[in-house]
Amino acid sequence: MKKLLIPALLSALIVGCSTTPVPEDGGAPVEGRDPNRVTTVDVTKLDSSGLPAALTDPKSVLSKRSIYFDLDKYDVKDEYKDLVAAHAKFLVANKGFKVLLQGNTDERGSREYNLSLGQKRAESVKRSLNLLGVKDEQIESVSLGEEKPKNEGHDDAAWAENRRADILYRAPDNRGEF
Amino acid sequence: MNEMSRISRRIFLAFSLLTAGLAQAQLSIEISGAGANRIPVAIADFAGDSAAARVTSGTIRADLERSGLFKVIDPISAQLDENSAINYGDWKGRGADALAAGSVSRGGDGRTESRFRLYDTQKGVALGGAAYVTGADQLRAAGHRIADYIYEKLTGEKGIFSTRIAYVVKMRGQFLLQIADADGQGAATALTSTEPIISPVWSPDGGRLAYVSFEKKKPVIYVHSLAGGQRHIVANFKGSNSAPAWSPDGRKLAVVLSKDGNSQIYTVNADGSGLQRVTSSAGIDTEPRYSADGGTIYFTSDRGGSPQIYQVGANGGDARRVSFEGSYNVSPRPSPDGKTLAFISRREGRFQLAVMDLASRQVQVLTDSHKDESPSFAPNGRMILIATEVGGRGILSAVSVDGRIKQRLSVAAGDVREPAWAPFSQ
Repeated sequence: MKKLLIPALLSALIVGCSTTPVPEDGGAPVEGRDPNRVTTVDVTKLDSSGLPAALTDPKSVLSKRSIYFDLDKYDVKDEYKDLVAAHAKFLVANKGFKVLLQGNTDERGSREYNLSLGQKRAESVKRSLNLLGVKDEQIESVSLGEEKPKNEGHDDAAWAENRRADILYRAPDNRGEF
Repeated sequence: MNEMSRISRRIFLAFSLLTAGLAQAQLSIEISGAGANRIPVAIADFAGDSAAARVTSGTIRADLERSGLFKVIDPISAQLDENSAINYGDWKGRGADALAAGSVSRGGDGRTESRFRLYDTQKGVALGGAAYVTGADQLRAAGHRIADYIYEKLTGEKGIFSTRIAYVVKMRGQFLLQIADADGQGAATALTSTEPIISPVWSPDGGRLAYVSFEKKKPVIYVHSLAGGQRHIVANFKGSNSAPAWSPDGRKLAVVLSKDGNSQIYTVNADGSGLQRVTSSAGIDTEPRYSADGGTIYFTSDRGGSPQIYQVGANGGDARRVSFEGSYNVSPRPSPDGKTLAFISRREGRFQLAVMDLASRQVQVLTDSHKDESPSFAPNGRMILIATEVGGRGILSAVSVDGRIKQRLSVAAGDVREPAWAPFSQ
């Protein structure tokens, strides 16, 4: 979707360069934004988990914590790159926060081998965060294998929902989701 | 599956399971299949205290029948103690090649003594006998001991009726690590958790279990002493800690850690000290199991592109590939005599128990099920206990190494999985 959007924006820029101001929040790719921009996190307003609203408010992109994987795949798909980048930006700006990355698999096959495959998914998200500047000290990647299915069903739809990595947060005061 | 006549019996064994808080669970055993040449044996009604004797002789008959190696002949209410005169011709006429007779007496101190003698009716001689003193609540244990004696005398192999099994029950959102007799009776709960418990393995002395618990929101390895309930963490490194396996001398555990990235195999002393790395691959190395002599470790690796079974020295070195057929061979378990490897093989999308003769590399698939997992050899190497699925429910199945005999063990209100057969008691 992003790939289609960018040429459209470019042509809008060319056509209207002298008169039409480009809206700042016009859906430009993340890497096009000011790299030094700092997002302020207000940790005085914490929800029941002890986390700031920026992480838990359903309207915030950071409230989206799940990355889904294709069958037998372990790389972060393009459609989740922005989501991972948003989390990376938050973690770089808020070094006191830590994340637990939990990899998951569907139910088919050996439990221990699936635990290792879930680990591979969590590691893949960790590497993406590392590349965007998040320090190792802020990340722990673990696997729940097939043991904690989000969907208890036994069909393709259920399995797709369970091939997933989740991002859990912990605040500097150790309150949070893990 | 096999050409033999399929006998199917159902014994429902109800018993109260747990201490406070949890409802009763009902465990049932179903047996199907039988060996090609079952030995016909009669167990007379034991004399003495009639209620106690009924438990003992009933336990012996159920054990022998369940093994699939014996045809238990109806004694037609014949009550014989260990000193009764035996009319061999009579028992031969009823088709029994062997006969056991005995008695159970209660002492004043609450203990019972179970005595028996075993006879060969063809040769007309006594094969031996023994006496077992047990607590009054241990009558079934005495029956198992007698059944083990009969089994060994008549087959030449050690019996497994007195051994125990460990497994995990998932029931109403709870995970219970349970220990039961090999026939599923007498279940006791070693650990209750709201988070998953996987991969239990018995220490070689039979006193402890190592397992993986998710109670800290991630997989962590514990060692748990069953008698006292004490447990300690063996591996809780950054990342995942899983797949424990005891060395045959009980001093070390092979474990799988992701502290350096993907899953790799390490060894650690049973107290958690002395960590050493065993494998170094770019992919996944997991499911380690020591060979019977402790010199090598079998494991699962995707280093060749698909998960296959490999073997490496217990201290590391170059790995050798062991499985070749198909694209998914996992969960290697060497037999106690080191000659056979049980594992799970995916065939046309179905996960099935298979065995490999390690000398000839011949592979035989033992089941026709679709979701077999976690094989575990009985300590005499005769049966393999697996988790499988029937009608959408997790059950345990004990399969003879020739695939002929199958026993199913299930809980009505939950899933049973992650079986581990204990070693012979010491």
